[in-house]
Amino acid sequence: MRELTYREALREALREEMKRDSSVFLLGEDIAEYGGAYKVTQGLVDEFGHERVRNTPLAESGIAGAAVGAALVGMRPVAEIMYIDFSPIAMEQIFNQMAKLRYMTGGMIKVPLVIRTQQGGGVAAAAHHSQCWEALYAHIPGLKVVLPSTPYDAKGLLKSSIRENNPVIFIESKKLYGETGVVPEEEYLVPLGKAEVRRQGDDITVVTYSLSMHRVLKVAEALEKDGVGIEVIEPRTLNPLDEDTILSSVKKTGRLMIVHEACLTGGFGGEIAAIVAEKAFDHLDAPIKRVAALDSPIPFNPRLEDYIIPNERDIWAAALELIGTESREYPGEAAADAAK
Amino acid sequence: MLEISGEKLKEIYTTMVRIRAFEERAIVEYRKGLPGFIHSSAGQEAIPATVCAFLKADDYIISTHRGHADIIAKGARLDKMMAELFAKETGYCKGKGGSMHIAAVELNILGATGVVGDGIPIASGAALGCKMQKRDSVVVAFFGDGAMMTGSFHEGVGLAACWDLPVIFVCSNNMYAMSTPVRYHTKMKDLSDKAKAYNIPGVTVDGNDTMAVAEAANKAIERARSGKGPTLIVGNTYRHYGHHMGDPGTSYRTKEEIEEWKKRDPITRLEAQLLQKKIITESELKKIQTSITRELDEAVKFAAESPEPKVEEALEDIYCVEVEK
Repeated sequence: MRELTYREALREALREEMKRDSSVFLLGEDIAEYGGAYKVTQGLVDEFGHERVRNTPLAESGIAGAAVGAALVGMRPVAEIMYIDFSPIAMEQIFNQMAKLRYMTGGMIKVPLVIRTQQGGGVAAAAHHSQCWEALYAHIPGLKVVLPSTPYDAKGLLKSSIRENNPVIFIESKKLYGETGVVPEEEYLVPLGKAEVRRQGDDITVVTYSLSMHRVLKVAEALEKDGVGIEVIEPRTLNPLDEDTILSSVKKTGRLMIVHEACLTGGFGGEIAAIVAEKAFDHLDAPIKRVAALDSPIPFNPRLEDYIIPNERDIWAAALELIGTESREYPGEAAADAAK
Repeated sequence: MLEISGEKLKEIYTTMVRIRAFEERAIVEYRKGLPGFIHSSAGQEAIPATVCAFLKADDYIISTHRGHADIIAKGARLDKMMAELFAKETGYCKGKGGSMHIAAVELNILGATGVVGDGIPIASGAALGCKMQKRDSVVVAFFGDGAMMTGSFHEGVGLAACWDLPVIFVCSNNMYAMSTPVRYHTKMKDLSDKAKAYNIPGVTVDGNDTMAVAEAANKAIERARSGKGPTLIVGNTYRHYGHHMGDPGTSYRTKEEIEEWKKRDPITRLEAQLLQKKIITESELKKIQTSITRELDEAVKFAAESPEPKVEEALEDIYCVEVEK
């Protein structure tokens, strides 16, 4: 089977949808010749021209507003916001216009657009280029929120997002752009709102997404050697959220842990914990555990950054605690070890 | 000088009278107990009535919280507007938008924003869409002097300018952002000078003078339609009432100022001109007035008798469920 990087898979999704539908176009900062800060759109300007691969000024509110306006008259814009950390400048348009226009007009208007952005730490970029804000967007009715973790999903979910008739906040992970995975040659879509069971297990349900999903998988493999079965559920989209898959897993394992790179307080882990507490409380054999970044801005110093963001060691320790096993050293290498 | 036919002037006049009548009646009904706020545009009618008179049906507008005038000028029905003010199922937005947010897709009214300035980049985006689709539609963004201080104005006008988009940015400068006078917002003497920063034409006109607005609007529409790009028009005008019905508008404006501006009322001015030039007769004026009063009586009756939306409808229209093939 063919393998592509996460970046290439995203680019292929954009290319295919642009070929399929002439109303699809891209706008954002440095997305044309430069190919975007993380090179996702590289080469597309040669294929589709500046009309459809449109560099913008540094004006995130203008970018988001223009995407709304273009969507209102029948286009399907895909806007790139270079870092989610810059998205507050666009939030006015995202929160108050794109998310609400349909509702406020009694369903008269549709707003088919995608905001592509990326988030996460681990590159020593400090607090203005490393944050994880999916929970902010998942809080707003009217938006859909997508976070792919594999090249396969990156492509299939982006294609579905472009075909959505609602605004989609499509959040990529900067640490995953170079990761490879199987991407079939033939066309496919991954539907929004359907979780993926990444691994089956009987002892703990771990709900996780984006970069953290890969860290959880590594820990799950290590724990399997100790006879602990981790079931890894990746919702892939936070809105719509596939509650059923999460609930039926918790009913099987009796234990829930949520792992994400966003900080703890107000993070989406709290929402998943609340849903499970409300709907599957009787099935829980232990308190719910959240593994998240500590409530701090992301520091520049890589050792401090690694301390803030949950890595394999943190996930391992939390899992042992959850099943009531004595604490011991994580046997593998944690994400930031190589950097030290 | 632009030649405007007598028929066109009568049409503009009638639109202005309809707007004023709607605004006055809305206040009467509001005081009887409508929910929410009403931001009256009485006194500012010449700008939207004149600009929209020169638009085509497939041109777009986007409006503001003080937007009744813009929406009526683009052709909205008074009964569906009144029903929206009454929060009824039959209103333009099924009672989910209200006075500040009326949209009408079939009339290319893209909506009205409650957050000042937001409509400006949206107008640019709509114009970008029209341009990419090779349609000859233009987009008008209506806003006030307050919006000209926002980042949205800067970003939205900036995009339209650098992409030569078919937009007309129309500021109704009523001299107060809620209560704060323009002179507290900016060192600029003439707001349309802001256009220079984007290298697009900017013009300030007497916004209560239909002829002056028509001249500027026609130039701007022609420029936009021929692919030359956007224009900024600032029309100086005045609102008769306060910011909304809870504000008498007298704590920050003097009685003398309000009286002075009422003498420059755009409707009485145009009416005098039309009578003087014998474009219209006294009996025609009466006829227009009678017919609008009847239309409003019917609109209020329609609104009052229409059903409220069902409570379950509160959760409808959040997402579009129709899937793209």
